[in-house]
Amino acid sequence: MERTKTDVVIVGAGPVGLFAVFELGLYDLKCHLIDILDRPGGQCAELYPEKPIYDIPAWPVITGQGLTDRLMEQIEPFSPTFHFNRMVQKLDRLHEGGFVVTTDEGEEIECKVVVIAAGGGSFQPKRPPVPGIEAFENKSVFYSVRRMDDFRDRDVVIVGGGDSALDWTLNLQPIAKSLTLVHRRDQFRAAPDSVSKMMALREAGKVGFTMGQVSGIVGRDGQMEGVLIKGNDGDVELKADRLLPFFGLTMKLGPIADWGLNLHENLIPVDTAKFETSEPGIFAIGDINWYPGKLKLILSGFHEAALMTQAAKKIVHPDDRVVFQYTTSSTNLQKKLGVA
Amino acid sequence: MTKLTFIAFDGTRFDIDAPNGSTAMENAIRNDVPGIDAECGGACACATCHVYVDEAWREIVGDPEPMEEDMLDFAFDVRPNSRLSCQIRISDKLDGLVLSVPERQA
Repeated sequence: MERTKTDVVIVGAGPVGLFAVFELGLYDLKCHLIDILDRPGGQCAELYPEKPIYDIPAWPVITGQGLTDRLMEQIEPFSPTFHFNRMVQKLDRLHEGGFVVTTDEGEEIECKVVVIAAGGGSFQPKRPPVPGIEAFENKSVFYSVRRMDDFRDRDVVIVGGGDSALDWTLNLQPIAKSLTLVHRRDQFRAAPDSVSKMMALREAGKVGFTMGQVSGIVGRDGQMEGVLIKGNDGDVELKADRLLPFFGLTMKLGPIADWGLNLHENLIPVDTAKFETSEPGIFAIGDINWYPGKLKLILSGFHEAALMTQAAKKIVHPDDRVVFQYTTSSTNLQKKLGVA
Repeated sequence: MTKLTFIAFDGTRFDIDAPNGSTAMENAIRNDVPGIDAECGGACACATCHVYVDEAWREIVGDPEPMEEDMLDFAFDVRPNSRLSCQIRISDKLDGLVLSVPERQA
């Protein structure tokens, strides 16, 4: 696969990763960002797009999505490259200096500096607390649908009441041998249109519905034969060889843990002058880092991005003299922002 | 101050003097009650501060709002007395409230 080259790879496209593009851009450093979500914003977009944030300087109140949109506007002059729906799998140091970052889809990006702005880690599907479920994962239990054919002529059980659960109920019903939706209550937070379509299929006898929560899996060697459901009126066993639980996302550190960095309770210790990790050339900013006095605030991450940039600039362009300038008065910086 | 008690999954009792106006979750975090993760920091956006309200207190504490009920879909082992502790606001009428922590958060 062709190898892309850039100055900086930023792991995580949350608010701090996005603002790092701005700071690095002022010093002519080009960035690629990699994020497991399908859009920018990180926790702001995934956990609280509509919820207010009150401690962003000069914004008495702004929503998570509002902040993301503003940051995207602010970094637009620097044309960063985004790689969404990707997780960084591997990080290798090159003999001649710099790194190669490999994503879970096999893309390789060569860079001089890596900035980890991964927040609470990468968002991954929540695993329901069903004893022994691990043994069935990727054989009978799936947390997403990659190939619809894996569900053709199967007895499928889908768990959840949100859009993913309802969308896949509607999409897989025509090809599955049987399909049962399991949800803890008779109300669904999914889009009303999907809910009424599901209700129609239910009334037509094409989709089964069981109210309750998954308590166990029957089967052996990863091959599921049935799902145990704990309901309000006792327990039932549903015959099934495919299970799709949709319980939203949780955050996990993921492969970063294997990069040989020193860790402190799943956080990455950094110095407070450069925000560099134990590995030269690898920086960590935002919620993922740790230092004495650390506060997990978006504004702290912004500050860290500015200081990291000074050090990153010296790595990428070691021979240039770094001249500190203000965006208010520097024509040079204003040209880069497209306003002069 | 209002008396608030958390019972951790291992049975340990945490008797807390909770300021009125604070949320039950904030008091759990401040007092290191194990099993309350509160990943989103109280925005009713993560379902990791799930608790069971003591039966004697259910009516006084009340039922979840629709948004909280939606978030409870992401919690595990949800029961009729399940609530998210970030949505329980401490006041005089909750003096003596007892909340139990589930085996695990989502």
